[in-house]
Amino acid sequence: MNLDFGVVWTRWPELLAGLGGTLFLAVSGMILALVIGVIGVAIRRSNSRIGQALVIAFVELIRNTPFLVQIFFIFFALPLAGVRLNPTTTAIIALGVNGGAYAIEIIRGGVESIPKGQTEAGLALGLRQGEIFRKIILKPALRAVFPSLASQFILLTLTTSIATSISAFELTSVAQRIDGDTFRSFEVYFTITAMYLALSWLVMSLFALISRAAFTYPTR
Amino acid sequence: MASIGTPELLFLLRGLGWTLALTAIGFVGGIAFGLVVALVRVSRRRWLRTIAAAWIAIFQGTPLLMQLFVVYFGLPLLGLEPPAWGAVAIALTAHASAYLGEIWRGAIQAVPLGQSEAAHALGIKYRSLMRDIILPQAFRLSLPATIGFLVQLLKGTSLAAIVGFIELTRAGQIVSNQTFKPLIVFGIVGLLYFLLCWPLSLWGGRMERRLARDRR
Repeated sequence: MNLDFGVVWTRWPELLAGLGGTLFLAVSGMILALVIGVIGVAIRRSNSRIGQALVIAFVELIRNTPFLVQIFFIFFALPLAGVRLNPTTTAIIALGVNGGAYAIEIIRGGVESIPKGQTEAGLALGLRQGEIFRKIILKPALRAVFPSLASQFILLTLTTSIATSISAFELTSVAQRIDGDTFRSFEVYFTITAMYLALSWLVMSLFALISRAAFTYPTR
Repeated sequence: MASIGTPELLFLLRGLGWTLALTAIGFVGGIAFGLVVALVRVSRRRWLRTIAAAWIAIFQGTPLLMQLFVVYFGLPLLGLEPPAWGAVAIALTAHASAYLGEIWRGAIQAVPLGQSEAAHALGIKYRSLMRDIILPQAFRLSLPATIGFLVQLLKGTSLAAIVGFIELTRAGQIVSNQTFKPLIVFGIVGLLYFLLCWPLSLWGGRMERRLARDRR
């Protein structure tokens, strides 16, 4: 066995930039997923039967097909719909759509765990519908489901590696380029696997910090 | 430009066969090694627990795609030259062992401690305690999550396409490149995955609700 990590490590500026790209994809994807999640739950709880059915269909469709197929589909579908985006933006949309479907289910679970009396109390106090959803339902619900949401978002961070299949700019695509130049496949992928491990720990600690900062007071 | 006819559909179905085979190998292998990981994870010896915890943390903290790459390119360095499907199957098995191990650790620890103590008081040995008392109950508790992971694994086999193995997604890519009809092809491919995964998801969901009801 002859291993040579040297040639890989001399490319560290590229690897670091790739890691930045991965972080960018992950954070953008999370934000989009959160937006889709909240809107989806709002529609799911609205009175519109069609809206509810569409959200359910969306969630089931996304959760029961592979991300790789989804990203290919979106990659080819957007240009046909007249939308021209670069691969990185396309990847963010795919990540947001995928994460959004999971976020809808997670947030809905939290929202349903909020007792009905709480909504009624809000109504009695004269709060408007929007205010009740935002302040009395959504925030406590997010607090309740924060751990599940956090682990789903760590999964999303790891999923960004699949964006290499449409050549988005992130760590895995950088690694594939270095692999192509050096033929040190194992060394390259071993190195970035360690980088992903460090990244997921970083994201995990970040979520722990957010949880402590934003959701500290007792919820029960 | 070719159209999508019977040969293309048959090619996709052959890919589907490989997807099912990879899922089956990964799941069966994952069950066997996952059981070992779970038992080591709840072992009385601390260093054993640490090893299992590290195994789980590594597989849950890195992308499945990287696990495939590292195994795929790592095995030849060890002098092993398995076929592509073999390397993918090994990676999926290791991946599944970590996830299933963690799911079953949770289930084993969810069985009330009083039962282990009662068994201990009755003089029941470890082997019998696990086999006859803890694991049957843990199995029932873990079923929804285990089915959920099976869906995850089935979808995960699509990543074998990126290392070039021709399963359903790679077959879809090839047909798409030949016919220039990516939306129809990936629509069909997505539908095939959906038809496999959705019934499993519904089954898992139903099981979860039944367990929640029983617990009340």
